[in-house]
Amino acid sequence: MQELGLAEQGSLRVTPDGENRIVIEKDLSSEEMILNMGPQHPSTHGVLRLECRTDGEVVVEAEPYLGYLHRCFEKHAEMTDYPGIVPYVDRMDYLAAMNSDFAYAIAVEKLLDIEIPRRVEFMRVIVSELNRVASHLVAIGTYAIDLGAFTPFLFCFRDREHIMNLLEWVSGARMLYNYILVGGVSHDFPKGFSERTGEFVDYFRPKAVELQKLLTENEIFVKRTKGIGMMPADVAINYGWSGPMLRGSGVEWDLRRADGYSVYPELDFEIPVPDGRFSDIGDSLSRHLVRAMEMEQSLNIIEQCLDKMPSPEGFDPRAAIPKRIRPRAGEVYGRAENPRGELGFYIVSDGKSTKPLRCKARSSCFVNLSAMKELSQGQLIPDLVAIIGSIDIVLGEIDR
Amino acid sequence: MSTSLNAWSDALSGFSPAGLPLGLLIIAAIPLVFIALYALTYGVYGERKISAFMQDRLGPMEVGKWGILQTLADILKLLQKEDIVNKEADKFLFVIGPGVLFVGAFLAFAVLPFGPAFIGADLNVGLFYAIGIVALEVVGILAAGWGSNNKWALYGAIRSVAQIVSYEIPAAIAILCGAMMAGTLGMQQIILQQQGEYGFLHYFLFQNPIAWLPFLIYFISSLAETNRAPFDIPEAESELVAGYFTEYTGMKFAVIFLAEYGSMFMVSAIISIVFLGGWASPLPNIGALALNDWTSGPLWGAFWIVMKGFFFIFIQMWLRWTLPRLRVDQLMHLCWKVLTPFAFVAFVLTAVWEIYVK
Repeated sequence: MQELGLAEQGSLRVTPDGENRIVIEKDLSSEEMILNMGPQHPSTHGVLRLECRTDGEVVVEAEPYLGYLHRCFEKHAEMTDYPGIVPYVDRMDYLAAMNSDFAYAIAVEKLLDIEIPRRVEFMRVIVSELNRVASHLVAIGTYAIDLGAFTPFLFCFRDREHIMNLLEWVSGARMLYNYILVGGVSHDFPKGFSERTGEFVDYFRPKAVELQKLLTENEIFVKRTKGIGMMPADVAINYGWSGPMLRGSGVEWDLRRADGYSVYPELDFEIPVPDGRFSDIGDSLSRHLVRAMEMEQSLNIIEQCLDKMPSPEGFDPRAAIPKRIRPRAGEVYGRAENPRGELGFYIVSDGKSTKPLRCKARSSCFVNLSAMKELSQGQLIPDLVAIIGSIDIVLGEIDR
Repeated sequence: MSTSLNAWSDALSGFSPAGLPLGLLIIAAIPLVFIALYALTYGVYGERKISAFMQDRLGPMEVGKWGILQTLADILKLLQKEDIVNKEADKFLFVIGPGVLFVGAFLAFAVLPFGPAFIGADLNVGLFYAIGIVALEVVGILAAGWGSNNKWALYGAIRSVAQIVSYEIPAAIAILCGAMMAGTLGMQQIILQQQGEYGFLHYFLFQNPIAWLPFLIYFISSLAETNRAPFDIPEAESELVAGYFTEYTGMKFAVIFLAEYGSMFMVSAIISIVFLGGWASPLPNIGALALNDWTSGPLWGAFWIVMKGFFFIFIQMWLRWTLPRLRVDQLMHLCWKVLTPFAFVAFVLTAVWEIYVK
């Protein structure tokens, strides 16, 4: 009966036991074809390559192949001293370099046991939340383009440009900031930065609403994403998903709350999870909604930080930065909530060297993408594109 | 009215200074010159400018004032590009594909009346011909997609053929409603019946309380037939790279684009002919203000149909830059389960109205 009901809605998708497959009648299936998608394909978000076995337009199996952007991050890290690794970290998730730096700084500071000035913590939170908004704007914009809507993409990039300008002002670079250093930040905020950031928040709130009206409330957009790429919460946890992907499946898990690092425990913000009114919990639309709602929360966080931040009187952002980093022997795992999920650094120090013995990055995109094979089975090619878009991968972080 | 139509046409045909048939040349050539001008310059330029204004951009600004010559520069660029035919392609199909597509799109212009005097061929089955000849595009698309020997192109071609063939059914039935109201299939005859002193009130759209239904159905189907968003799945750039013209470069690519813009204008012209009076002036005569009489004539006619065509093209572009893309099965669902039944309903209601009420 359920199958019939869904077939009536014009979609052949059936969900017998939480699974999301297209049922093909045996005599209708034809010869399977290998379809190579990427690394040069408009909607693989970089150099992801998917080898799809397709039956007509139905993907029987999609196998991701990685490594086209591999830059030996971990080997570089073993040959570079601790402060020198920061620029490499920038280049991992190039859409959220501040957040990546933040995660790395947390890991090394944990190993060093150093106290960070309070103002620095607020500055770090402000820049990384700004970067989170920018990153989500790219995610939403490119997702719109994956589904064929071009205009929201440019709206997103127009607003992201303001964030880029702010972060360029504070750090000197547009994308790869090298701003959050181990023990501090490289410069204090320039004069007027806080006011300008407040203006941006006021400017962006109505723009975010406009974006939702244009894209999220669009009938075709909902039709394309609702019920596509379903991921039940338990399977998502077993895959090790994190970030908006996991929250899209209805699990209220956010490291900013769960770990409570930096000054996040002092801040008042919500962890958005879909409530199932607008989307089916765990589908692509839920993940999109989580990102859209998170932007709003990030703006709240920025506003609160601007209010609570200590004054810059007699403040030296480099006060706690060690002259020479030679941590105690031991190992540490430091993590932070990136726009794409949990970015963690596992660092082993031998206690003698100024270089880590081992520096392993736990990439959120890589883990989230690992479910690709499961998600893509039995989907149509347009749905495959919708699923990849909703995972919001950055190949720089996957391949490292 | 019919006599004055012929009088304008006859007068123009008789215009032959120094024995040259200049008048006939003008009648036949004006639409074609217009097509070239429109499709080459203003279609592409308009698309880029409209999308730019919708997206807080300026669009082309460098070549000429406000980038007016941008399209010419692009054509020059495309002319210089290497014409690549990939090694594994079916060369014959690959080469004739764009040609067939282009011919299919532009043959329909022969029966489009650009004003009372300008029409390539006033066939008595003009509307039927226009609907039929567009189907030739399918052959071109299939040839291009298959000949490319590229899986993405093949997907694009299969989707495109399924889509165009399906959407021809609601489109044709919707057009048939207009033909029923006119009682003829000749383009000029259809327009003549929508001309009168009350201007736009004579249009079929306002002559019949259910005419908006076939009007809407035809407009939606025409979007699908010309592969425009939200039905641009055959060339869905985020899914199929570029669909059936993935492998095309240089002038062949340009020809495919020309065909697309050509058929965009063609469907816009047909919808304005059948439902909005074609070249008939929309202005009514108000007492001594004989606006309708003042704005009728061969050149005014050309002006009105071009304006109406541009209006629909603008709506097509507006939709394209606003809406996401439907999925293949949703597209077919819309065609077979929504538009086609409603087209039949519109067909029956129009017939009842024409026979019993009017």
